[in-house]
Amino acid sequence: MAISKDQVEHVAKLARLNLTEEEAKVYTEQLNDILKFAEKLNELDTEDVEPTSHVRPMANVLREDKSRPSLDREKALLNAPEKKDGMFRVPDVFEE
Amino acid sequence: MTRFETVIGLEVHAELSTESKIFCGCSTEFGAPPNTHTCPICLGHPGTLPVLNRRAVEFAMKAALALNCKIAEVSKFDRKNYFYPDLPKAYQISQYDQPIGQNGWIEIEVGGEKKRIGITRVHLEEDAGKLNHSENGDGSLVDYNRVGVPLIEIVSEPDMRSPEEGRAYLEKLKQILQYTGVSDVKMEEGSLRCDANISLRPAGSREFGTKTEMKNLNSFRNVERALKYEEERQARVLSEGGTIVQQTMRWLENENRTKVMRSKEEAHDYRYFPEPDLVQLQIDRSWKEEVKKSLPELPDARRERYMKEFGLSAYDADLLTATKKIADFYDQVAAEGADPKSAANWVSSELLGYLNNQDRELEDTRITPSSLASMIQLIEKGTISSKIGKKVFKELVENGGDPAKIVEEKGWVQISDEGKLKEIVTEVVEANPQSVEDYKNGKDRALGFLVGQVMKATKGKANPQMVNRLILERING
Amino acid sequence: MSLVKQPIRELHKQLKNRELTATDLVNTSLERIGEIDGTIRAFLKLDEEGARDRAKKLDDSGEFGPLAGLPMGVKDNINTRGVLTTAGSKILDHYTPLYHATVMEKLEKARANMIGKMNMDEFGMGSSNENSGYFETRNPWDPERVPGGSSGGSAAAVASGQVSFALGSDTGGSIRQPAAFCGVVGLKPTYGRVSRFGLIAFASSLDQIGPITRNVEDAAYVLQAIAGHDPLDSTSADVEVPDYLSALKGEVKDLKVAVPAEWMGEGIDPGVREKVEQSLKVLEDLGARVEEVSLPHIDYAVATYYLLAPAEASSNLARYDGVRYGLRVEGETLIDTFSNTRSAGFGEEVKRRIMLGTYALSSGYYDAYYLKAQKVRTLIRRDFENIFNQYDVVVGPTAPTTAFRIGEKTADPLTMYLNDICTIPVSLAGLPAVSVPCGLSGGLPVGLQIVGRPFDEAGVLKVAHAYEQHGERLPEPKLGGEVQ
Repeated sequence: MAISKDQVEHVAKLARLNLTEEEAKVYTEQLNDILKFAEKLNELDTEDVEPTSHVRPMANVLREDKSRPSLDREKALLNAPEKKDGMFRVPDVFEE
Repeated sequence: MTRFETVIGLEVHAELSTESKIFCGCSTEFGAPPNTHTCPICLGHPGTLPVLNRRAVEFAMKAALALNCKIAEVSKFDRKNYFYPDLPKAYQISQYDQPIGQNGWIEIEVGGEKKRIGITRVHLEEDAGKLNHSENGDGSLVDYNRVGVPLIEIVSEPDMRSPEEGRAYLEKLKQILQYTGVSDVKMEEGSLRCDANISLRPAGSREFGTKTEMKNLNSFRNVERALKYEEERQARVLSEGGTIVQQTMRWLENENRTKVMRSKEEAHDYRYFPEPDLVQLQIDRSWKEEVKKSLPELPDARRERYMKEFGLSAYDADLLTATKKIADFYDQVAAEGADPKSAANWVSSELLGYLNNQDRELEDTRITPSSLASMIQLIEKGTISSKIGKKVFKELVENGGDPAKIVEEKGWVQISDEGKLKEIVTEVVEANPQSVEDYKNGKDRALGFLVGQVMKATKGKANPQMVNRLILERING
Repeated sequence: MSLVKQPIRELHKQLKNRELTATDLVNTSLERIGEIDGTIRAFLKLDEEGARDRAKKLDDSGEFGPLAGLPMGVKDNINTRGVLTTAGSKILDHYTPLYHATVMEKLEKARANMIGKMNMDEFGMGSSNENSGYFETRNPWDPERVPGGSSGGSAAAVASGQVSFALGSDTGGSIRQPAAFCGVVGLKPTYGRVSRFGLIAFASSLDQIGPITRNVEDAAYVLQAIAGHDPLDSTSADVEVPDYLSALKGEVKDLKVAVPAEWMGEGIDPGVREKVEQSLKVLEDLGARVEEVSLPHIDYAVATYYLLAPAEASSNLARYDGVRYGLRVEGETLIDTFSNTRSAGFGEEVKRRIMLGTYALSSGYYDAYYLKAQKVRTLIRRDFENIFNQYDVVVGPTAPTTAFRIGEKTADPLTMYLNDICTIPVSLAGLPAVSVPCGLSGGLPVGLQIVGRPFDEAGVLKVAHAYEQHGERLPEPKLGGEVQ
């Protein structure tokens, strides 16, 4: 299963990354190398194997529904690249 | 021309009324100044981790149980990945393939016909923030107060066949959720939100047509209007030999039309995968039973009980069970010893009428179930007339108090002293010979006039049945 | 011996007896940094003023716990309240955390003294520190060579005597491999043993914070301070924390040691293999029973890891969009702003992994890549479970080579990835492992990896300590700050 340059460009778009022509080419080659290497996994029959998403089995880790003070707004906005009227400013969100 | 059958499914989001957010301790209170209910966790700062709110889980279970869903023994959370400024982590923690509840149903009634609508699933997730679009095109402003407020998403089966059914489903869903107390269900504040899927197919066909999705249906009226609009649009397209394009649309309330947001090709690839920062939920029987026990009697059961036990009409039972608050109030009035039927009358016509006219909520009034019950009992005992009852009722609603005392203080006790009433009757009859003559000549209305005169003389306090009898005795005797 | 280089036990004794002040220690540390870090470049940020201030307050209070007053380095992906934290990435160039990571809360309570933040491969993605968004850190044994990664700054600073100990983080070997390359001790605890709250996520199901120290006992001291359940981390284990120091006293006689054949074959540098074999002899001489075993799925670990970790990373790193914090490169539209910010802020390797991970999760490929890898992860986990039914520890090399030259492996990502063949399987199984120096090969340190059962950090530390007491001792590195 090889990844095409078009797919690399699509994936970059999904991940919100710009790629130059040259970058797209290089990444396509490198990702193909890695994916080819990953094909090794197909040697294994995993039909009846449960996937591991958590390495230690745990369940029902819950907190009680209690509120505690939030940040001062000034602090919440401290790292904001752009702020206005107590909010985070972003370029206009056009209706898609 | 082909006749079409409409197929509708709804996706409803309800914010849960927890004290704190789903994954952090920030308050969920509505209407605070922008970005004052945030912390590093809900702002998605690097290194922060979610910890699940127990009450959010239990509220979701409660809702799922009230919607007749099967509760998952094992449930888990997944990340739904997409970029948008209102989503701080650029993923929403949601549930993909193991929702808390599945395979439920609710019953709706349209045009006297009862119908079951299937519920595919109920899952738990976090809300996003709010974007304020600036008017001068100077960018948008983001408020993250709402981020992380717990939400349940309730997905119906495509079981509705008309916009009216869609609306009825939504209303019923709202009623049930409101009964369970897990959500405010205020569409105007966004604590209840609705998206709709609609498609048409030739009548009799079993295959589904191509559907469109409509977002932003923020009132019952809009749900019905938008569905009607889209139903007509699709019918027109199909009748003209066109095809429906699968797309997502936004309902523009003020323009009474939809606008395309994105087509199928532009559909998101959410790249769901199990949330590694949260562990699974295991819901055993005892936990489920505990939550089940906390469920109140739901509207359908209550309506049934009112009709069966109290002999109320379907109409009255509907009115009384519309909200849990009123139904609870009514139940308490009856429990305090008032005759259930008179209690039903007082609550459904007087109390609801008052609240409607004054645009008030029950908690804004001073009346209590026990004060209303005592008042009804005063009427039953003949201490006051129903007419005086209305005056007492007004007093109770506005100022509260003990009806017996009010009646006493205001001197509203009914005159049932036969000797005293006889005197007044004699005076009235003698002063109105013409009316007596008229009555004898078969004009029944004349009797009413005479009774009225007695009531007037007693400022409405005379026992009406007794006055009636005394006048007749006097005229006929 | 330079003050900072003395064992924690020794420093603690002197501080307690008032033979030494915390201020002396800060001064020594800062002096050493001034002397050498222009060459090593381990620090991304110094907190000189804060460190002096804390030392003074501590000296005034006189309350000396075991770690009190000790100069420490903190890997830059661990959040430090009010002190710039970048995770080695330009995208967090000016990010000031509003909160401390849980480990920082604990170490602050223990009154350890943070000197500064350590360089690293951007977001932990790398095995050489060449992927730092800022600059490369050099290996104190040979400045032409890499210190390893991603906790390269932490390991190099400890090895060159700039701090008493450092915190690192390990996702696929990022504590153990740089510790091996720099000739120091690095411990990756069991997944869940140390809170991840405040650790800037790379791959959430693998990340763990752990100590990098000059000797095994020091590692026990630091682990004692940072281990334990944290209600802020849902994956943090509610498992009792034993006394790690007293555990060091245990014997290794009759201990059953498994050596995976897969870690001793081709692909392992002969010089490394030789040192590991010698170390196994040392353990045998101490009465341990060493046997070769096979972990049949271990060869699939690197492929598994390079699907799972990038997938999680692609999601974890999506939040860097220029809206709430960090870099922002504004474009005409919102989407442009997102893309411009991320393209300018992330380095090449991070972008590569984000794309790989995005692809592995995307519609139509999830089952073939992500799900498949999750299933193989189960097989690898079971391999270890089976071994631990019969053996107490698994031992082998930490890395297949010694420290390589700067630039040697940057052209081919896959070659770089294969440097993690010995550490990755352990990470996938979530097990505790320590790398302890076991001699030199070609003048460069070799690391011995000791892997234990879940939550048996005490066990691996015991074995490492026994080896350390009887095995080969390293000389001082070239840039170690001592006269050779």
